[in-house]
Amino acid sequence: MSDKQNNSIAFVATSVIPESPPPARDTGAYKWVRENLFSSIPNSILTLAALALLYSLLSNTLPWMLNGIWTTSSLAECREILQGESGACFSVLTERWNQLLYGFKYPTDQYWRPNLALVLLLIAMAPVLFFDLPRKLLAFTVVYPFLAFWLIWGGTIMVPIVALIGFAVAAVVFQNLGKGSFAAGFFGAIVAALVVWKVGGMLIPEGASESAMLSPVPSRDLGGFMLNMMLGVTCVSLSVPLGIALALGRQSSMPLIKWICVVFIEFVRGVPLITLLFVASVMLSYFFPPDATVDLFLRVVIMITLFSAAYIAEVIRGGLAALPKGQYEAADSLGLDYPQAMRLIILPQALKISIPGIVNVAVGLFKDTTLVSVISMFDMVGMIRGPILASTEWNGVYWELLGFAAALFFVVCYGISQYSQWLERRLATGHR
Amino acid sequence: MSTLTDPPQEQFRLSMLVNDTRYRSLTFQAIAALVLALAIWYLGNNLIQNLRAAGLNISYNFLGDRSGYDIAQRLIDYDSQSSHARAAVVGILNTLLVAFLACITATIFGVVAGVLRLSNNWLVSKLMAVYVEIFRNIPVLIWIIIIFTIMTAVMPGPREFRGDDPSASMLFDLFAFTNRGVYTPMPVFTSGLFASTALNWLLVLAVLVGSFFVMRQVNANATRKQEETGIRPNTLLISLAVWIVPVVALMLIMGLTWEVPELKGFNFKGGIKIGGPLIALWFALSIYTGAFIAENVRAGIQAISKGQTEAAAALGLRPGRIMNLVVLPQALRVIIPPLISNFLNITKNSSLAIAVGYADITATLGGVTLNQTGRAIECVLLMMLFYLTASLLISMVMNVYNASVKLKER
Repeated sequence: MSDKQNNSIAFVATSVIPESPPPARDTGAYKWVRENLFSSIPNSILTLAALALLYSLLSNTLPWMLNGIWTTSSLAECREILQGESGACFSVLTERWNQLLYGFKYPTDQYWRPNLALVLLLIAMAPVLFFDLPRKLLAFTVVYPFLAFWLIWGGTIMVPIVALIGFAVAAVVFQNLGKGSFAAGFFGAIVAALVVWKVGGMLIPEGASESAMLSPVPSRDLGGFMLNMMLGVTCVSLSVPLGIALALGRQSSMPLIKWICVVFIEFVRGVPLITLLFVASVMLSYFFPPDATVDLFLRVVIMITLFSAAYIAEVIRGGLAALPKGQYEAADSLGLDYPQAMRLIILPQALKISIPGIVNVAVGLFKDTTLVSVISMFDMVGMIRGPILASTEWNGVYWELLGFAAALFFVVCYGISQYSQWLERRLATGHR
Repeated sequence: MSTLTDPPQEQFRLSMLVNDTRYRSLTFQAIAALVLALAIWYLGNNLIQNLRAAGLNISYNFLGDRSGYDIAQRLIDYDSQSSHARAAVVGILNTLLVAFLACITATIFGVVAGVLRLSNNWLVSKLMAVYVEIFRNIPVLIWIIIIFTIMTAVMPGPREFRGDDPSASMLFDLFAFTNRGVYTPMPVFTSGLFASTALNWLLVLAVLVGSFFVMRQVNANATRKQEETGIRPNTLLISLAVWIVPVVALMLIMGLTWEVPELKGFNFKGGIKIGGPLIALWFALSIYTGAFIAENVRAGIQAISKGQTEAAAALGLRPGRIMNLVVLPQALRVIIPPLISNFLNITKNSSLAIAVGYADITATLGGVTLNQTGRAIECVLLMMLFYLTASLLISMVMNVYNASVKLKER
């Protein structure tokens, strides 16, 4: 037996065999392609189908884009140069650039005003969006709305200044009266602001806007992408406070207030934005005093703000509901009254939870600002469908214009949603 | 002896209305009621004054008047002699039609894209991510206009189908894609059991419903046998027979033929015409909302912990059954609530029809009727009423479905 065993061992390795490299099919690009693209037969079919789709897309669009012409003054000239070859006529973008961005009525020599307002908007939004920036920058954010109003609409600077003073006085009154009772401070602030505005309105001399430093621009002259931006920014910033109020009202233990909020929210969420815009364009003027003329821009802002406030209220309600009951009880046991508990304990946490949802609503709202073209306001889509495509030079240039509008909206909306994801990671303090 | 007395009754003082939590809520509600009443009075007063100044009144009598406009896409009989009310009904049916079609296709697009986005095929999952991001971040109005432009500016005109060497041709000689719409073959009963086409189709539907109930019985029997013996009888042939035989038999009895669209004169005749605006709206709403649904589906599937899949695999289930029996029933609970709100969004976004001239309720009642009669308040109110009702009904139906699939806790 043992003999046999000894004889059967022909060779005993005395050292470790050197490692050989993995087989070629298990390394590098080959392995990646095999695992990620051709791991099974159905997968291979999918990959090939996707490649075919990509090829057909690119082979159609790439030559068209690369052949693009940027310098002609009409579609006919484009066609002449292209001689029947496939090619885009991007000249419509260069030639109508200003119309696409500012509408067709905004005074050409005043374009620096909306441009400056946009730059300042970025500065004003920075401290709101990024918490690391010094808090003192918020002072500019507070002043910005009045500054932007003056820049875009022009006219006398007294109007925004009086408005600003009204808010400042209201804030001071709230600081002083609000210490004792929130309600007293709140109502006192409203009264104070109204008084300041009334008195200030009487102080502004008649015809001051004609001789003003910036020539006045009426609302109906606004248009293009500028109009989309203005509607989006204004309505989102106005609807967040309103949405918070509605969400708190819906949670309230007072039946009357609760039901007012519930009915309002459910009504607004049940109807499309278009019907609300119809209300703004044909119905709302019936509800204003007979001698008042409220311009369309303001009516649209009112309706869009109400619309998005209802959606934001639902998002914030979700945030409020996600807070454990112990937070409310802890606030009560500390002896905080309702406004204090909300401001110091509940809302900071609830708002943090609802930020992604609010950003989603904001993105949706910004996209929905294109709907104003239906009620014949000349926003970007309205400009494309109206004056530009109807003109004799550019009748038939669909893809360049629609593609440009789509790209512009994509950049803004994708940017916002990326910011929201960054913020979500940033705010994740790991309480779970 | 008894030193315990009732605590002294506190006198009610006026300041308690503000300072006492028992009364404070009453005070606030009284203020709110007052403000609300004042606001309603103010707005109502303005309305009455404005209406009087314009010489108008609120009246719905215009609904009975002759409408005087035509509607190309309609499901019921309608011509320019019909009333405004009938135009509104045509609009309502068109809204429901496009919403229904778009809900189905959006769900299909969304589920396919959502599942493919989780595929381990790198190229496919990246493509789906691009699809979702592109369609979610561009306004639906722009998508509607883009597809409408394809339908009207890119599709060939009917005359390009003519001649010996036409530049356009019909797909399989059955479907014609023209810039006036898509023409498809229409099934026609030559010897229907009823005089009216609708009743014949109802009969077909009734037979299908009957097949459904028979199938339920067959499946229940199969399940019982499986529980008794452990072996599930093969029901494939029976189910095919139950589904197909009765319907086919009925169709043969009723003499089913297909009416194929034909080029006659300057246009196609016969078959079903699906107008360009309907296709644009339908397709745009489907791909736009499909991108949102894809995200919900992905989130729903990812919410199921990996242990569930592994446990099912350990039990010996095949991948298809793991999906059907373990993952999907749980994922549906996460997917359905956002799906409901996406269906509501489709219904509400279908009001964008007015941008491409599809005659939905917004375009008929809120568009032409409003402009012809000048009855802004009445038209807008009726429109809102319709959308509110539709939204409430959809969420009710879907909530019932949600309740039937959600986790049954014992």
